[in-house]
Amino acid sequence: MSSSKARAVRASATLALPTAALGVTFGVLAAPVLGAGPVIVMSAVVWSGAAQFGALTVLTGGGGVALAAGTALLANARFLPMGFAFAPSLSGSPLRRALAGMLVVDASFALAHRGEGRFDAEVVVWSAPLQYAGWVLGTVVGALGASTLADPGSWGLDVLFPVFYLGLLVPELRTAGRQLVVAATAAVVALALVPVTPEGVPVLAAAATALLGLKDAA
Amino acid sequence: MTWVLVLVLATGTIALKVVGPTLAGGVEPPQALTRVIALLTPALLTGLVVTSTFSSGHDLVIDARAAGVGLGLVLLLIRVPLVVALIAASVVVAVVRMLT
Repeated sequence: MSSSKARAVRASATLALPTAALGVTFGVLAAPVLGAGPVIVMSAVVWSGAAQFGALTVLTGGGGVALAAGTALLANARFLPMGFAFAPSLSGSPLRRALAGMLVVDASFALAHRGEGRFDAEVVVWSAPLQYAGWVLGTVVGALGASTLADPGSWGLDVLFPVFYLGLLVPELRTAGRQLVVAATAAVVALALVPVTPEGVPVLAAAATALLGLKDAA
Repeated sequence: MTWVLVLVLATGTIALKVVGPTLAGGVEPPQALTRVIALLTPALLTGLVVTSTFSSGHDLVIDARAAGVGLGLVLLLIRVPLVVALIAASVVVAVVRMLT
């Protein structure tokens, strides 16, 4: 087993439990609104907590399907620049590259970053199976048990996501460069936008602070 | 309409993910763009950390999660393994929630 593969499997195993718990939460909350069948299929074919929770929030708030879809896709708009960032590190046919791109999620994207804008595609590919299984199986449990299960958000597992992302962020911030300035700016921008923009926009705007890199380093 | 939503979300999300890799695979980007790409990871992660710690819907809040993430940050800065930081943070959050 190559070291990239082993690292990817280990890291995704760490996240499999909180991912499954989030899937259960989604299933529990979404099944009464959309029905268990569509909820399970949605997790299997969309595989994106940000988009699915975004859509659900709009629907439960009384918004229509068009607004729900728009909000969800806006929440996922960050995948467009992430795809272009990942692309130079990919080789092979367009179909192979597209398949690797489909497997990108936030955690695997950050985990695969080798510094200086290079990514290890193997890490993305081998992080995918456990993350996907956790999300889909969690949704199945939540959707089918919606009437009997408590929301696992109350267990303290929700904090695992920010701490996991911090675990990927801290090494990035230790490198000499503008990372710290960009991260501080991103934090302020994201928090300022939370009260006033739709779901997903704060994270998208935070990601956009990477554009500070357009200016040549002093 | 529910199935329409599922279909739109799936095709939209996949499209957003594959456009870059399909069009720009293996192409060496100009230097300014490489700098932006290198900064995208810390910028994105920071956005995810602060929003999943301090927001509840559209409200900014400081609750049990802040205590857990704060402890997690301190532990990671002194190079404690990630798994230990994760366990410590979730225990702190569970305890704070139990007490409040």
